[in-house]
Amino acid sequence: MDATLKQTTAAPDALTVRDVSHRFGDFLALDDVSLSVPSGSFTVLLGLNGAGKSTLFSLITRLYDNTSGTIAILGHDVRRQPTSALQRLGVVFQARTLDADLSLRQNLTYHASLHGLGPREAKRRADAALDLVGLAKRAGEKVRNLSGGQARRVEIARCMMHRPALLLLDEPTVGLDIGSRESVISIVRELVSKHDIGVLWATHLIDEIDETDAVAVLHKGKVLYTGTVPGLRQHAGIDDVSDAFRALTEDQGRSKSKKTTEAA
Amino acid sequence: MSVETVPGHITGDPGAQPLASRQYERHGLRAYFNCFSGIVWREVLRFLHQRERFLSALVRPLVWLFIFAAGFRQVLGISIIPPYETYVLYETYVTPGLLGMILLFNAMQSSLSMVYDRETGAMRTLLVSPFPRWFLLSSKLLGGVAVALLQVYAFLLIAYFWEIEPDWPAWQIGVGEDEGFFGISIPPPFNGYITVFPAIVMSGLMLGALALFMSSVIKQLENFAGVMNFVIFPMFFASSALYPLWKIRESSPLLHDICWFNPFTHAVELIRFAFYGQLNLLAFSVVLGCLVFFLGAAIYAYNPSKGLIGRRGGPGGGPKG
Repeated sequence: MDATLKQTTAAPDALTVRDVSHRFGDFLALDDVSLSVPSGSFTVLLGLNGAGKSTLFSLITRLYDNTSGTIAILGHDVRRQPTSALQRLGVVFQARTLDADLSLRQNLTYHASLHGLGPREAKRRADAALDLVGLAKRAGEKVRNLSGGQARRVEIARCMMHRPALLLLDEPTVGLDIGSRESVISIVRELVSKHDIGVLWATHLIDEIDETDAVAVLHKGKVLYTGTVPGLRQHAGIDDVSDAFRALTEDQGRSKSKKTTEAA
Repeated sequence: MSVETVPGHITGDPGAQPLASRQYERHGLRAYFNCFSGIVWREVLRFLHQRERFLSALVRPLVWLFIFAAGFRQVLGISIIPPYETYVLYETYVTPGLLGMILLFNAMQSSLSMVYDRETGAMRTLLVSPFPRWFLLSSKLLGGVAVALLQVYAFLLIAYFWEIEPDWPAWQIGVGEDEGFFGISIPPPFNGYITVFPAIVMSGLMLGALALFMSSVIKQLENFAGVMNFVIFPMFFASSALYPLWKIRESSPLLHDICWFNPFTHAVELIRFAFYGQLNLLAFSVVLGCLVFFLGAAIYAYNPSKGLIGRRGGPGGGPKG
């Protein structure tokens, strides 16, 4: 973690989450979570259902506040400087959030207005953003006519409208066929390399991970590992990422108390 | 927990815009206006696109007016009570109540639907906007009121052809009297259509704020039928929308008291008096008080640190995965 912290002082990471815990009543959804997403990196947040991914996303998007620890987007604390932080954030939620009855362009200009942009600028950016995801020709069509994968691409275009520095995607490929999945992933990877955006991609699908990605493994509210993909294999002592992930989470389940003391 | 340093930047394309040059400006008045009009515009556009919703919103009060009120005309005689100066037909009496009904249904539909349908996602995209939350929620409420206004005036237009219209003397803005009058004179029914406008906006906001607050507190509602049974019908029937309060007292003093404490009664009375160019001060105060209270409660409920939204089961709240 020290190395990451040193980096932070030079140029702030797109996302910094430090010592964040969150509980719902007696249920501890996040337990002392720390991770960071450098600008221009594709970071995979790997976790099974119920790992705490959505809770973490709710905190980063400030649906509700974190009660302990800090979350900062490009150095702006989400709780103390919400406006500056949210201006730099783009989100693709797990649920479909486009208005089916409105056109692609109308959906995008609505989003632009939520960031205070005027109609003319909004329209200009909407066309540019749709071009980015290869749907410029269908700008006037209703979202209802799109396939699941195309709708996802529109959502990616939408969250690029205000030129964020950090992109959060919550299981964006769930329910998509293989072709759509690949196109969604490649579009986001291109954004990372071309526009220097930090991406946090939450998933439970191992095959979406690239060898060069950064990985954070979240399990039952705890971060079990952050680092590179080869590092994950090494850490688990297994050659296959999928098996390494399984070993890590199963191991955690069996000897929870042992691990906690080691970490401490 | 094991940590390892991650290779930082992937070198980007030289044509791409570097992060540093991205401008994030402080929001000025203009940005607030853009945000507000964007939110209202979306509500209106969505409503216009949903033809079934528009139609059912219009047909519902018309069925009450043309069938229920026509049938009831013989059963229920209305004596002369303010703001009416003569005996009025039951249709005339019930019209402000039906305007209230439009507002009630619209408020519940646009705000409360967030609890159970896909609006949850729409609410999250709204709340992730960098503008202050009170501003976003108020704008959304005004968007709902804009939609309600469309319905109200469409209904009044049809009622006009049915000859149900306000008929108080022309509204004169100017100087002088009778033949020496100089200024603008607005004849009925248009004077009533104008004076009812602020009452509609206030009542609509009050009911919208109530629904918004409920949407953040109520954990689960199976469907809209549940809302109808437990919220809309009790509020509508236990009010002065369909029968004057003194009539209710004749049959049950307790029911009369319940109706009197129902904010919807006062919303209807505010509209009824405004329709005849009069201000019912009691109704105005109650509606304003309720509006401030419900809006405050809704903003509190959606406040990220204090509110109820972070509790398990709130809209979009609670752990899912």
